[in-house]
Amino acid sequence: MTAMNDSFVVAKRNVRRMTRIPEVLVFGLIQPVMFVLLFTYVMGGAITVPGATTDPNAYKQYLIAGIFAQTVTFAVAGASAGISEDMTKGLVDRFRSLPMARGAVLTGRTLADSVQTALILVVLSIVSLLIGWRTHNDLWKVFCGFLLLLLLGYAFSWIGALIGLSVRSPEAATSAGLVWLFPLTFISNAFVPVATMPGWLQPIAYWNPFSATVQAVRQLFGNVPPGMVQTAWPMKHAIPVSIGWSVLIIVVFRTLAVRKYRLADG
Amino acid sequence: MSEAAISAEGLVRTFGDVRALDGVDLEVPEATVLGLLGPNGAGKTTAVRVLTTLLRPDSGRASVAGVDVLKHPDKVRSLIGLSGQYAAVDEYLTGQENLQMVGELYQMSAREAKARARELLKRFSLDDAAGRIAKTYSGGMRRRLDLAAALVVRPPVMFLDEPTTGLDPRNRMALWEVIEELVGEGTTLLLTTQYLEEADRLAHDIAVVDRGRVIARGTADQLKAQIGGERVEVVVTDSAALPLAVEALAPYAIGEPTVEPHTRRITVPVTGGARVLADVIRDLDARGILIHDIGLRRPTLDDVFLSLTGHVTEAEEGGDEDEGGPQSPDGETGAGRRAGRKKARV
Ligand SMILES: Nc1ncnc2c1ncn2[C@@H]1O[C@H](COP(=O)(O)OP(=O)(O)OP(=O)(O)O)[C@@H](O)[C@H]1O
Ligand SMILES: [Mg+2]
Repeated sequence: MTAMNDSFVVAKRNVRRMTRIPEVLVFGLIQPVMFVLLFTYVMGGAITVPGATTDPNAYKQYLIAGIFAQTVTFAVAGASAGISEDMTKGLVDRFRSLPMARGAVLTGRTLADSVQTALILVVLSIVSLLIGWRTHNDLWKVFCGFLLLLLLGYAFSWIGALIGLSVRSPEAATSAGLVWLFPLTFISNAFVPVATMPGWLQPIAYWNPFSATVQAVRQLFGNVPPGMVQTAWPMKHAIPVSIGWSVLIIVVFRTLAVRKYRLADG
Repeated sequence: MSEAAISAEGLVRTFGDVRALDGVDLEVPEATVLGLLGPNGAGKTTAVRVLTTLLRPDSGRASVAGVDVLKHPDKVRSLIGLSGQYAAVDEYLTGQENLQMVGELYQMSAREAKARARELLKRFSLDDAAGRIAKTYSGGMRRRLDLAAALVVRPPVMFLDEPTTGLDPRNRMALWEVIEELVGEGTTLLLTTQYLEEADRLAHDIAVVDRGRVIARGTADQLKAQIGGERVEVVVTDSAALPLAVEALAPYAIGEPTVEPHTRRITVPVTGGARVLADVIRDLDARGILIHDIGLRRPTLDDVFLSLTGHVTEAEEGGDEDEGGPQSPDGETGAGRRAGRKKARV
């Protein structure tokens, strides 16, 4: 199984790099931690969640799954910047001159990103617990929630891989990886209930691949407000829809990225 | 044909308007070294990238160790070692980890890869820096690490793109020894270089490339013979004495003398070696012409290179304007001097 060996070797290399440049991880943590604090303490008071109790802690319970999901999508930027840097530093040439399995360079990258995502989720969970977030479900279901988050992050790092192969500089790769994430993650159920959005925006928000995972994770964490009623189809079937979207993204973007990698030229 | 370890026929590759390769044919017999010479932008790196599967040609055929490069790139990759023009090492891995990773990607076991990495680091005098991340390496150290990476599996065919650029003389010599050893063991090597001395010493055959075409090929001696024999070069102290000196040299010349008034230099093709030189000195002395500098010059690969490519390289075009340059003419290398003269003519 050269494909597995090669992917593993490249993943090991990328994880090693992570330990040599811990700043990347630290800054990767600051942003979501800041979001947790800003949303709960600055905006939280102004946002009411339909169906939630009047408990001041209610918005926190609602928010955390959204922040977690948004955080894992930032794997896009890591993957795109990393791949782009390997291209400009000539490392991709080195890899492409070796008898490696096709796609192993990219798979290794996305696997290493998942390790980073998992680490960030651990720290973020601790911070969230400290400010009063709690899960209300069986531990294995909570665990499955985290798996869905990792799957989404893994899928998004394949989008990042394709971006990294398509732009000409690591700087461009970082911004190209991030710009579209803000509309994507905000036009969703992550931070405010979709029902509060204008009518024309609601279907977009409900069918947003990102929303399905947020809803699924909320369910698995036991963080759905008790009185909240979901009528949109993707929300009623959030867990399979979330898995479906992630798998679809992986299949499509992996295929495109591996092809682009093989044809990378000049 | 089947004997050739590397062969290429009619390779063409364009980048927009630039024809980086414009019909290149190459043939490198097993266990020999082909030196690819050419000015900046000639297409050397492009040729190496095509032969190492990194770049697809627009047309043409190529094979390495009998395997078609376009049809079976994966197979070719298991037969080659490549060190590109710019060191491709992971800056955040240590020297040891870099080489170990390459070994593992060649499907070596972790133990094997570790041992091989250690061996190579020693061979390239990097053992002291083995545990440091490559970001802390000097340019020459990175270069050597990259070369070591090309040697991890002792591939039968190697491609080295300007391997000694940026190496100090001691390390350059050490690398030459490694290369000679490898070729002695049967490795076939394609080498590009700007150091003609390097091609002279290492290459069995030389192909001179210019503007995407091979414009000459042969052994170093054959190429030197092509552009003619020895010359006497005289620099007189007083430029007023130039016509007199030309007259004095005429009996020895077997071709047209070249006169460069503002460097006060006369060059005449001669035969007869050092004896002629002694006669010339006596003659000039007898006529009371003061000699600033005199010497017998045999053609070097520099001369071959410059007379064949016939135009200055891109880097030089934009560069020094006054012929002779800022250094004294006497202190210049052969290449610099010839380049200057060429430019005066172009
Ligand atoms: N990726 C690319 N995109 C556009 N043009 C390119 C590309 N690669 C090479 N070229 C052009 O092709 C020509 C040949 O380049 P190449 O790198 O093969 O030259 P070289 O002989 O290796 O030169 P040097 O001695 O400077 O390394 C040059 O004109 C160069 O500008
Ligand atoms: Mg080059």
